[in-house]
Amino acid sequence: MLRVIGSRLVDAVPTILLVLTLVFITLRVLPGDPALVALGDYATAEQLALFRRQMGLDIPIWQQYFVFIWDMLTLDFGQSLINRTPVVQLIGENLPYTIELTLVATGMGLVTGIPLGVMAAVWRNRLPDTGVRLFSLVGYAIPDFYLGALLLIVFALNLGWFPINGGGTGFLDRMYHIFLPALTLAMVKSAFIGRLTRTSLLEVLGRDYVRTARAKGAREPRVIFRHGLRNALLPITTGLGLSLLATLSGSVAIELVFNRPGIGEVLISAIAKRDYPVIQAGVVVFAFFVVLVNLLVDLAYSVIDPRIRVR
Amino acid sequence: MAVDREPVDFALPEEPRFAALHRLFAGRPATILAVVVVVLFVAVALLAPWIAPYDPLAQSYLRINAYPSAEHWLGTDQFGRDVLSRLLYGARNSLIFGLISPVLAAIVGTALGVTAGYFGGIVDRAATRVIDLLLAFPELLLAIMIAAALGGGFWNVVFVIAVAFVPGFARVARASTLAVKQEPYIEASVAVGLSTRRIIWRHVLPNISAPVVVLMTLWVASAIRLEASLSFLGIGTQPPQPSWGNIIRDGLGNIFGSPWPIIGAGFAITVVVLAFNVLGDAVRDLLDPETA
Repeated sequence: MLRVIGSRLVDAVPTILLVLTLVFITLRVLPGDPALVALGDYATAEQLALFRRQMGLDIPIWQQYFVFIWDMLTLDFGQSLINRTPVVQLIGENLPYTIELTLVATGMGLVTGIPLGVMAAVWRNRLPDTGVRLFSLVGYAIPDFYLGALLLIVFALNLGWFPINGGGTGFLDRMYHIFLPALTLAMVKSAFIGRLTRTSLLEVLGRDYVRTARAKGAREPRVIFRHGLRNALLPITTGLGLSLLATLSGSVAIELVFNRPGIGEVLISAIAKRDYPVIQAGVVVFAFFVVLVNLLVDLAYSVIDPRIRVR
Repeated sequence: MAVDREPVDFALPEEPRFAALHRLFAGRPATILAVVVVVLFVAVALLAPWIAPYDPLAQSYLRINAYPSAEHWLGTDQFGRDVLSRLLYGARNSLIFGLISPVLAAIVGTALGVTAGYFGGIVDRAATRVIDLLLAFPELLLAIMIAAALGGGFWNVVFVIAVAFVPGFARVARASTLAVKQEPYIEASVAVGLSTRRIIWRHVLPNISAPVVVLMTLWVASAIRLEASLSFLGIGTQPPQPSWGNIIRDGLGNIFGSPWPIIGAGFAITVVVLAFNVLGDAVRDLLDPETA
């Protein structure tokens, strides 16, 4: 097991370099002058030159590349242009809120989505199945920020059951503040997980070993959970990784709806204020997360399916 | 000895006219409903200037935050602009992005995928590596990251959405090209000395078009959603130009004033995206039964 983890970690190194290279290309090589983006169209030539010197944009592009990679790997993100706070500190303060939201939402989505999927598969083409199908159709179509706004209007504004904004202090208060935003993301996720569970469980339940299990007289719950669901978990894990990242990107809009602190809120307000170092760091942090989640999914495979460990 | 035989009819049984359409709709009321919604949406988008009761940008401080009434069916927003008119013009915005971006992404992605798949070698390996990596990013996240670098504006948003979709098209096009390349007719084309360009245009592209078209219809919905999300985040269509996304953004800033802009715009996005999803599924079942 340790060897598997080690080799996956080694595999991740070129991936991270590639991701950073792509981020560099997006930020520096694509048309769109960072100095102009940061200072606006009305900046004078001197202001632009000064900004380029401060940000290290006046050296040859290949040197910029190596400086960029080194800075990002050593988490040297520079200072915010707006208030001179170190960007690392800004990220450190806000990241926990985003991680908290993503994890709670994923948990809620799994706890509701998997049972929904199992129900739909077991009662295929009957009422529960139709219900789950309708739910997931709407769940795929409704934008998460709209759902969030509706929940905010009904439960926070009109009924007053939940706070309208903020992240909360202390564990209980934080969970109280997180409920509506997490519920929003969880409903979308639950639609996705439910559909995925239904499909993969139906496929597994059609296999020969399930027929054998039934033939030897195993009870139906045992067939469904031990023989069926356990084997259906692998595609669900892949889907879960992707959906974890979808929730992470969804959290950007949800933080805006509920006025919560978080990394998405930092990135979006940095874009609005043209705070270039923060934009750069925000993009890199999101990219790191994508690599990290894919790594975890890879590792989860080998825990769930021992066959993959020997490869 | 002579044996009497029935003359063999080599002609294929004649397909009834509009058979494809029949298969698309028969026994699928949801698809019919989806088509109705899509047709309505396109009509509204095209006719917005003629059917909108007011100018979507006209402000009036005499009638801010009005609730729905006979004059303003969906009320007015914090600047006194008519919400219904803004929604109708927003449909126009959504239609433009919903069509342009997937088409652009399909062209670029297919070109990339076919090149990688047909020629193979190091180009293929490099392209596959990058595509796989980009596919690990959710489209919204990719779009936010690129928009962060480029800023808003019409063509930037078109570009951002298109780039977010390119990896998906490239992968499908590459896989299909690899499959087509194994077919005897490609070997035959090479053997009779057709130029590579002719083989790709006349033999490869027509045969990989089905999955690409399917993906394009499925992604009209995603493009509409993505544009709405970016505009909601303030990095898509810029105000005062109405977009369903920035109407919700404005509405949130005015949530104590009137909830109607949010309710109306969100409902419009949901219904239109739902309709395009259902339609996309139907087109997929028709053109590409294997993946259904």
